[in-house]
Amino acid sequence: MLPLTDLTTDQELTMSDHHRPGYQPPHVRPAEPPDHRETTFELRDVTVSYGGSPAVRGVTMDIDRQQITALIGPSGCGKSTLLRCLNRMNDLIPGARVEGSLRYHGEDLYGPKVDPVQVRKMIGMVFQKPNPFPKSIYDNVAFGPRIAGVRGSELDGIVEHALQRAGLWDEVKNRLKDSAYGMSGGQQQRLCIARCIAVEPEVILMDEPCSALDPISTARIEDLMLELKQQYTIVIVTHNMQQAARVSDRTAFLMVELTADERDRWGELIEYDETSRVFTSPADPRTEQYISGKVG
Amino acid sequence: MATGTRPPRTARTRLAVAGARAATVGSLTAPAAGRRVREFLFPAVLFLGLSVALTGLAALIIWAVVQGGERVNLGLVTNGPSAINPEQAGYRTAILGSLWVIGGVIVLIVPLGTGAAIYLEEFADRTRWYHRLFELNIQNLAGVPSIVFGILGLAFIVRGPLQLGFVAAAGSITVALLVLPTVIIAALEAIRAVPSSVRQGAMALGATKWQTVWHQVLPAARSGILTGVILAVARAIGEAAPLLLVGAVTFTMADPSFFEGSYTTLPVQIYDWARRPQEELRTLAAAGILVMLALVLAMNSVAVWLRNRYEQKW
Amino acid sequence: MITPRRIAAASAGAGSPRRPLAASRPRYGERVIRALLALCAGLSVVVTTGIVLSLLVGTVDFFRVVPVTDFLFGTRWAPSFSDASFGVLPLVAGTANIVLWSMLVAVPVGLSSAIYLSEYAPARLRKVVKPMLEVLEGIPTVAIGLFALLFLRPLLEELLPFLPWRTPHSVGVAGVAVGLMIVPLVASVADDAMRAVPRSLREGAYALGAGKLTVSTRVVFPAAISGIVAAFVLAVSRAIGETMVVLLAAGASPNLTFLPTESVQTMTAFIGQTATGEIATGTIDYYTIFAVGALLFVLTLMMNMLAIRLVRRFREVYE
Repeated sequence: MLPLTDLTTDQELTMSDHHRPGYQPPHVRPAEPPDHRETTFELRDVTVSYGGSPAVRGVTMDIDRQQITALIGPSGCGKSTLLRCLNRMNDLIPGARVEGSLRYHGEDLYGPKVDPVQVRKMIGMVFQKPNPFPKSIYDNVAFGPRIAGVRGSELDGIVEHALQRAGLWDEVKNRLKDSAYGMSGGQQQRLCIARCIAVEPEVILMDEPCSALDPISTARIEDLMLELKQQYTIVIVTHNMQQAARVSDRTAFLMVELTADERDRWGELIEYDETSRVFTSPADPRTEQYISGKVG
Repeated sequence: MATGTRPPRTARTRLAVAGARAATVGSLTAPAAGRRVREFLFPAVLFLGLSVALTGLAALIIWAVVQGGERVNLGLVTNGPSAINPEQAGYRTAILGSLWVIGGVIVLIVPLGTGAAIYLEEFADRTRWYHRLFELNIQNLAGVPSIVFGILGLAFIVRGPLQLGFVAAAGSITVALLVLPTVIIAALEAIRAVPSSVRQGAMALGATKWQTVWHQVLPAARSGILTGVILAVARAIGEAAPLLLVGAVTFTMADPSFFEGSYTTLPVQIYDWARRPQEELRTLAAAGILVMLALVLAMNSVAVWLRNRYEQKW
Repeated sequence: MITPRRIAAASAGAGSPRRPLAASRPRYGERVIRALLALCAGLSVVVTTGIVLSLLVGTVDFFRVVPVTDFLFGTRWAPSFSDASFGVLPLVAGTANIVLWSMLVAVPVGLSSAIYLSEYAPARLRKVVKPMLEVLEGIPTVAIGLFALLFLRPLLEELLPFLPWRTPHSVGVAGVAVGLMIVPLVASVADDAMRAVPRSLREGAYALGAGKLTVSTRVVFPAAISGIVAAFVLAVSRAIGETMVVLLAAGASPNLTFLPTESVQTMTAFIGQTATGEIATGTIDYYTIFAVGALLFVLTLMMNMLAIRLVRRFREVYE
């Protein structure tokens, strides 16, 4: 049952009022109209705080469909926090508060009737450290569909399809009943991606998916990402700027801001644009400093 | 470090400093020969202490075998108690009573203990003031003397609201309540040991809290919970004190059933015969002790084997 | 009606149609399960309330007949006699004797076992000895009691003939047996406490040239002291609450004495013996069970709370 909502594709950006001296509005360039990119997420002045202290403030951006959007920035700038807002994983942290407007295909993601469990079925997540369940490879991938009510023979097909799309099928097809812990780190991470795909989400969020992996596994997963973007919307947080440059279509750069007495720190969106432009001719000097390694 | 300021003296710092001082003093002042003697004597004395415990254990087992060994035969477990003929008496009714009681205990503690632990660890709001009280309460209950549970059973289960009378069910519930804190604590530890990455992974796939617990957390914590249950059952088998108050000391020839009929259990029967002056009854008691020792050994071995085999290395 | 989104979805080749964000139906099952689990947790509170209530009601009824001062300070315990007296001190003294003798055994043996296992024993020896201690801990108390009565008592009379042995029951013998039984408890709690001391503290002392003796006694032991004291407090609590061993080996005569060879009655033994006999409800004898039980409960509660606080303080140092 599709909810009938009013879809607005124009990228209307509303800048919120920061009455702070030295404030520079973020450099956010909307996507070019001829592409007719559909917007998956609309963030308007999103602020996330833990127990009262803000972690990321005033983020306004649109994330487009079937593209890879990268969030980069130094430690502590709130990239992971922001990512976790998109599938309501922050709900699991006591004391976490999300303010501002976060719309998913026009619907308020934090609306009163919204069920976080349903949200997570459509917006999946892959974590920094591969976290397969202490079960067999088959059971790992089958878990999502199983709890959604899929039974028996259908499961086999779904598991195989997901493992194929994750590029893991040939390696494990003969040992589906083996424990997932027997696999290498790169394989485990691809298993986690397969697990995520098996639920047929629309969006895949990836929180530094390759930071715990060796370069070869990293390359394989990056290739996988480029394949997957044809079907899924991908948002990736990464510490590795070269990775962002390699795989993403658009890049958002966040930076840590401090209060005068350095007691509080939070992240803010500095620049958000097509990746090629962010990396070759960034509009904001802070972006340029980060990219060239002068800072953070 | 700025001059004039010192780091706060945490307990750990104090201990480290005291230890360093003791070490330096020890190595600078002790004459070499005396020190070598002490270095040898100290562990010897310690080992002596340990061997007292082990010798006591050995003595107990050997004594039980010597005292009761002659009575160990099939009749020991198949014959009922006999007032007239002590040489023929056996533990049959007692064993059946024990089976009823332990059966009830297992049926009660597994769901109740696991359920309580799941609630406290997964569902309850940890920021509330009463959460800490829950845990404190369980820790206290674990230390209450077993005979006080007998008083509880007498007041509320045998008499009082439940009015079950002096039957095996009453003994079963009483003992179950007694060992429940042990199971809850073991289950809590096992559930806590499951890393949060497993939970996060499950919830990120769109599982509800209960689905995460049932499909991922509980199976991962299974061996820890099982070990706790086995140890609780091993303890429950040997309990006699609370059952004294809920009617287990009787002379009964008829095989007991769960909700009616007088009953007795193995340790209570042993106690009953042990306090009599007749020599044959004391031998009988010792033979019963051998049976119990065998049971305890078996259960401990199973628990240790389970722990070693299924210990999850996270 | 074909909305713009559907076209976009179709042309982009997306997989499944978009699912609604709201739950398809409210999850009643989850709520029911959550409530059931809360009930399980609530049971523990119910049990404590039940214990307190059962003790309180009986004690209140008891104190209607017997003045509190008579109970707490009287030195003659004879509730079933015609000239009944309800001074609980002989029972308390009996329990105190058991605690004394059991601690005399359990503290040195348990502590030395713990220090040996934690600091000196090679891993293989540890693997063998620890299960043996667990077996000792699991032995049913009736067995320990009969062992004390039939083996320890004659043995000690042979070894120490100069003591005034008069009865087959002896509180000293029972105390020693209880001590043996408690050793694994002391050993495991103290061992846990010492193993929790970080290696860095030990290694720092070794690096200064200290020998194992110094490290064990001047570094590890003081560092683990609150955990070790907690072990002792738990042991005392256990000794206070022990019933079967004292029933079999310590006797049934409420004597106010400190001679180890005497037969005494502890608080727990009194409750056990009274209940084994036929007691009619409503008589004063019935209520004595609750009064003594209440005193027992209060004593062990204080010990347990102390132990919990000690363990918590110990953990805070290292975490």
